[in-house]
Amino acid sequence: MSAAAPPKKLNRIGLDIVPYRGAKTTLCAGCGHNSISERIVEVFFELGIEPWRVAKLSGIGCSSKTPAYFLGQAHGFNSVHGRAPAVSTGALLANRNLIGIVVTGDGDTASIGIGQFVHMLRRNVPLTYVIENNGVYGLTKGQFSATADLGSKQKSGTVNELPPIDCCLMAIELGATLVARSFSGDKRQLSTILKACISHRGLAVVDVISPCVTFNDHEGSTKSYAFVKDHEIALQELDYIPFFAEIELEMADGQVQEITLHDGSRLRLRKLGRDYDPHDKLGAIAALHEANQKQEVLTGILYVEEGKPTLHELLHLVDEPLVSLPLEKLRPGPEALAMVMEELR
Amino acid sequence: MNDFSIQVATVNGSGSQTANNVLMRSIFQMGVPVSGKNLFPSNIAGLPTWFTIRANKDGWIGRKKEIDFLVAMNPETAREDVMNLDPGAAVVYDEPLRLDQVRNDLHFYPVPFDKLVVPVCPEARLRKLVRNMIYDGVVAHLLGIDLEEMRKALYKQFGPRKAKAADLNWNAILAGKRYAEENLEKTDPFAIERMEKTAGKIIIDGNAAAALGCIFAGCTVVTWYPITPSSSLIESMIGYLKRLRTDKETGKATYAVLQAEDELAAVGMVIGAAWAGARAMTSTSGPGISLMSEFVGLGYYAEVPAVIFDVQRVGPSTGLPTRTMQGDLLSNAVLSHGDTRHPMLFPSSPAECFQMAMDAFDLAEMFQTPVFVMTDLDLGMNNWMADPFEYPTRPFNRGKVLTAEDLDRIQEFARYRDVDGDGIAYRTLPGTNHPKAAYFTRGSGHNERAQYTEREDDYINNMDRLWRKFETLRKHVPLPEIVENDRAQVGLICCGTSRYAVEESRDQLLREKKLETSYLRLKAYPFTQELEDFIARHDRVYVVDQNRDAQLLALMRLDLPAELLGKLRSVRYYGGLPLDARTVTDEIVFQEGL
Repeated sequence: MSAAAPPKKLNRIGLDIVPYRGAKTTLCAGCGHNSISERIVEVFFELGIEPWRVAKLSGIGCSSKTPAYFLGQAHGFNSVHGRAPAVSTGALLANRNLIGIVVTGDGDTASIGIGQFVHMLRRNVPLTYVIENNGVYGLTKGQFSATADLGSKQKSGTVNELPPIDCCLMAIELGATLVARSFSGDKRQLSTILKACISHRGLAVVDVISPCVTFNDHEGSTKSYAFVKDHEIALQELDYIPFFAEIELEMADGQVQEITLHDGSRLRLRKLGRDYDPHDKLGAIAALHEANQKQEVLTGILYVEEGKPTLHELLHLVDEPLVSLPLEKLRPGPEALAMVMEELR
Repeated sequence: MNDFSIQVATVNGSGSQTANNVLMRSIFQMGVPVSGKNLFPSNIAGLPTWFTIRANKDGWIGRKKEIDFLVAMNPETAREDVMNLDPGAAVVYDEPLRLDQVRNDLHFYPVPFDKLVVPVCPEARLRKLVRNMIYDGVVAHLLGIDLEEMRKALYKQFGPRKAKAADLNWNAILAGKRYAEENLEKTDPFAIERMEKTAGKIIIDGNAAAALGCIFAGCTVVTWYPITPSSSLIESMIGYLKRLRTDKETGKATYAVLQAEDELAAVGMVIGAAWAGARAMTSTSGPGISLMSEFVGLGYYAEVPAVIFDVQRVGPSTGLPTRTMQGDLLSNAVLSHGDTRHPMLFPSSPAECFQMAMDAFDLAEMFQTPVFVMTDLDLGMNNWMADPFEYPTRPFNRGKVLTAEDLDRIQEFARYRDVDGDGIAYRTLPGTNHPKAAYFTRGSGHNERAQYTEREDDYINNMDRLWRKFETLRKHVPLPEIVENDRAQVGLICCGTSRYAVEESRDQLLREKKLETSYLRLKAYPFTQELEDFIARHDRVYVVDQNRDAQLLALMRLDLPAELLGKLRSVRYYGGLPLDARTVTDEIVFQEGL
């Protein structure tokens, strides 16, 4: 007789955490990406989202392998280098009920797929787009990526002499409606941001500094654990109150800004130190430029814009997912063809 | 009588397209089989452009090499255009060009267009456009085209909303007709006489026909990047979708059309949408195909449906963007790195564009793979006389898709397992509410459970299954059209728009050289047994290609048994114009030593 197993913790839809987990990671021990996968598992579990409603997509690279490591009961698509934006745009056009989460790296987003990234921004495709940003190409053994900071050193000592691309700046400028930056080492902040992204209606971009323990965690790197810990400046202390929460939190004081998200969940931002309004586009851009000058890593909710039409709305799509439409809605009747033929006679 | 070609030489952007379409349609309405081909430059305005109309009582509507009746409106090309004519041809020309001084073996009809346009068009800025309508009136008189038919064609072209513009143009036609009546004495033999050979037919370009096919195939996601000669396929589709596929109850769209940032994104969106279960398509031409290559390889290996129209134009590289070629046959068959094979359909007419669009969606979903529909600029952008399209009676074939209920019934779902022995595995769609539904799609090595693998046996098993699937495909592609002639030792093979020249060439070979031929027109790749049998039955088989490298023949060399290859001969044309019968006939006569 064995002792009864301890009761499993269940979420609001009665599932334990197992269906939210994925295959065992094959990334390096200590890789920042693994922490991000853990946060994704945790967040979907805590939000009580059925895994089958999620589509998880990626490009190519270390980061893009990670959809295999979370939400084993969600359809996944590890696509083509830099092209996750196109594939996910297509998938979400086909089925607007899918909850899209895209995981890419800095190679995907800031180099080979930068064109797709910026056009996805313009379209406000409703999904969560995570950039696992470590400043290097891991799978090909440590070349600089386009997000490597000026002056950052490779393991071999080579210094990066090209200016970095700031994906958050681009995202704010070109149309993403929720833009955040976080650090894979900051569990609480990252989880809260991811929850806000999933509750948001529109394109949410999160740039997560996620150190590469093998190729970019040394002295002289600006994407190492030590450097980011030393240089991170959190803009806000974040609280996420899900729409299904029973406890009503007490009203906040003047230092707290509350944002009600599309699904009714609320995001509370308690200002830390500086006065920062994430609704202020130009202010956000200025703050990022300033932080980049000072080699600071600004984290938190950088920008939010509510109510902007998503791609689905811009295209006036029917409410029902296109994939669910029956033949009668898709094939016009014989009279329609006869009418067209008559016009061409 | 009812057997000649007309060429109108104008300047691009001068509004001649309307005049030319009205002329073509008038002949069509008189019951005479006709075709119109626009030979235009890659330019918005200013460069020379030619429109060729062929009227033929026997129904030969391919391009005719010789021009019988020239309308010379472009001073830049007029002399060369006249020098290229065979003796006996007729020339209507702008009087100041004084073309009658160039040659004395032609029938010349000078017309003072600038003088005639002033009274009919008081507004000076419109005269450049209206001026071209005058030649319609002149030609109608000289060829005996019923003016009432021309009036109908004109008002149809303009539609009820532009009736005022139509009135203006109608007066221009009348002015031309009146001038010709009073001043020109007909000396050439060319004339149109009423027949009954176009009753019930329609006039449509292949791109619009393909667009309609996609709509009746239930396509829901359309992504594209503009490129000549494919753009009008999507533009037609946008127009028809609004009318035919707006939900009656909500007024919302039952489709999504998205102009992508490039062809990579366009096909990537198609792959994403089809993965999610939509019928998705894109349309492009050679340069776009080159960009799509990586994604097409993913579609093949990860087994995701996609329908890709390739409206072929002249390559390599930018090539001749406004000229036609069957230039992508070989590269599309094996597009992308590694071992790949892709099905292709070869429509030859608007009705086939319509039908094969529907076939392509069925095949793509049945076989979970990208399918190319190989049209070309000639078919896609030119107006064709066509049989009206038949309403599809078959329901969509969505292929092997497991629902949540199906998953309840089965022990295990393995995405890439060959359960039925035909190479086609079962798939599930994202959003299927079942714990067994999910699988991981990847372009990296995968086993039958869709798990990552680099194992030799897993890789080989999967590649062998993909080949088996391709073998199964042979049993489902449209079969070739065969005209068997028991007396023939010679066979002719072609695909797509080559048919018009080849079919007419068979007639020429028989009449002029008493050469009996059989004929096979391919409608699809992979090839089927019918092709092998046809080659085996004949001594010499000519494969007609519209490209330099005999690409269709090369595909046969790749796929057919070695013992058949010795019989194959090649007829190639690669000048960028639609293939003409005379070119085919001359080459076969030469190779046959006749």
